[in-house]
Amino acid sequence: MTSIATLLHAARRRAITVTAFLLAAVIAVALITVMTGKYPLSVPEFFGVIAGQGNALDQYIVFGVRLPRLLLGVLAGASLGLAGALFQSLLLNPLASPDLLGISGGAATAAIIATLILGWAGPLVTLAAFGGAFLIAALIIAASRSGTGSGHRLILTGVGFAFLTSAVIGFIIKRAQINEAQSALFWTIGSVANSSWTSVTLVGVTLIVALPAVIYASRVLPIIQMGPASAVSLGVHDARARRILVVTAVLLASGAVAVVGPISFVALCAPAVARRAIGYGTAALTASACAGALMLTASDLAAQNLFGGAVPTGVITGAIGAPYLLWLLGSSTKGHSL
Amino acid sequence: MTHRPSRRRSLLVILLSISVVIAIFASLAIGARAIPIPDVIAALTNYDPSNNNHLVVVSQRLPRTLIAILAGVALAVAGTLMQGLTRNPLADPGLLGLNGGASLAVLISIVVLGWSNPHVFVWAAFVGSGLAAVLVYSIAARGGTGANPITLALTGAALTAGLTSISMFILTTDQQALNNFRFWSVGSLTGRGLDTVAAVLPMLLAGLILAIASTSRLNALALGDQLAQGLGYSLTTSRLMIIGATVLLSASATAMAGPIVFLGLVVPHLLRSASHGDYRWLVALAAPAGATLLLVADTVGRVIALPGEVEAGFVAAFIGAPIMMWIIQGKKSVSV
Repeated sequence: MTSIATLLHAARRRAITVTAFLLAAVIAVALITVMTGKYPLSVPEFFGVIAGQGNALDQYIVFGVRLPRLLLGVLAGASLGLAGALFQSLLLNPLASPDLLGISGGAATAAIIATLILGWAGPLVTLAAFGGAFLIAALIIAASRSGTGSGHRLILTGVGFAFLTSAVIGFIIKRAQINEAQSALFWTIGSVANSSWTSVTLVGVTLIVALPAVIYASRVLPIIQMGPASAVSLGVHDARARRILVVTAVLLASGAVAVVGPISFVALCAPAVARRAIGYGTAALTASACAGALMLTASDLAAQNLFGGAVPTGVITGAIGAPYLLWLLGSSTKGHSL
Repeated sequence: MTHRPSRRRSLLVILLSISVVIAIFASLAIGARAIPIPDVIAALTNYDPSNNNHLVVVSQRLPRTLIAILAGVALAVAGTLMQGLTRNPLADPGLLGLNGGASLAVLISIVVLGWSNPHVFVWAAFVGSGLAAVLVYSIAARGGTGANPITLALTGAALTAGLTSISMFILTTDQQALNNFRFWSVGSLTGRGLDTVAAVLPMLLAGLILAIASTSRLNALALGDQLAQGLGYSLTTSRLMIIGATVLLSASATAMAGPIVFLGLVVPHLLRSASHGDYRWLVALAAPAGATLLLVADTVGRVIALPGEVEAGFVAAFIGAPIMMWIIQGKKSVSV
């Protein structure tokens, strides 16, 4: 008994260490992000502005531009990391992410239709994207409801929708004016550049709404992963728990992609990194959220400073994430346990 | 007696072959200008250049019909090979990074080499998809367990996403590149001449022969790596043969018709149960089915949005995706 207790203690301590390290990294990136750029602020200047001092320009730079962009990166990154971790643990598939399941495609399609065809702008587009993501998610869940709950049907249906939405997007982009086509392209990559307090609020609210379910998930996921029979004998209503967790993952993913677009690799990579650092077999929810936030904020810091800030954040996450995952696959002695 | 699987499968091959012939005639006859079947036949047998109907059939519809048949066969067979290789019914040629590589190579040829002629994109696409496949295989083979199906799938997905990022970087910063690229990237059969077909045909045929030669290896691989080895097949040789055939086939198709993504996934998926898991039959069924689907998609695309056209790649996705979801619904359990 003592040995198991010691092991559990060691595992918990490792999880806490990893999470603390990730959090510290997020804070470091955050401080660099708000203080550097074309209009640098020193440490005392920055905290002065936070305290309400400084001129109007300083106030605008910090509260109007940098803080919303930073917070959006943190919140959307955390949401994507959590959503990816939930999907991957529930469906037992390391490739499961909002992209593969067509949820990001739904958001992108709705947003592109809203801007290019209906001529909407601003928060209305975000709302349309949120609706699109949720609509696709609802269709996938409805279509796979009669399944055994193993998730295969959910994945296959999602892949079908992902193809369908990308066909619709290609169709619209081909026919649009070239300027409009380029602005529509944003919705196929994703970026946190178009941040505002409204978008921060939307992602923040979905994260807060999802939080109780995430706490519930951290308790039931290890039990669900033992299989339905064990789960029921341990007093967990397997099917209902799965439903709650899928809806939670969908909510988190929809809130994030509605605002920042289908940023590649965060939902796929952050949970993989967290699991590798903490140890396989755990869902590593908190660490996945921190890793997602770190990935998105660090990528956005790079996006703001490289190539004159013209590159969308999603390009950087893919350019960083892909080589990392490839290295992981090439070097791992058992790549399939990723 | 009609329940014997071999007879049912032969019947299905015959039915699919008939449907190809019907689809060919439909593709030659239907369009913005409807041409009666006797005129179509006359144009093929007794060509008269002064007859407008004959001119349309021979100079416009014949090349794209030919491309639809060849690209459809190539994509469907390539998809079959990929699903067999990775033992994953979700696999399609794009999984090896082929589409990502082709797209990036076309973009580089636009931006760096200053090309803008779609005819030369053919070669960029060919080189790009080949390089991507080599890269995916060599990275996946470095892992401790060799290029096993799951590592291959993950590596392909990762490389595709990485290459797409670079493509997106070019597209968001260079408007002219986007303008040239978006017309290539939609998967259309128009504007490609018979010279393209002639240039690509040897590679396509080589891929097809290699594919047919590797069907018995696919059957062995389906039993698992160890059993396949026990049956005397080298895993590395088998995988290299299958990947080589896939690259030749799908690169030829991409070169002729642009990246048409859905066909390679959906056609083998639809025919899996009819073939009873025998890859010799699956290839024989997938080839005519792929040709039919792409011919129908192209023909439908010509007439649903008159006076304009909808590209075959879109129509294939709009037809194929609902069919696939409907089939998933019908199955009791789906194994991935």
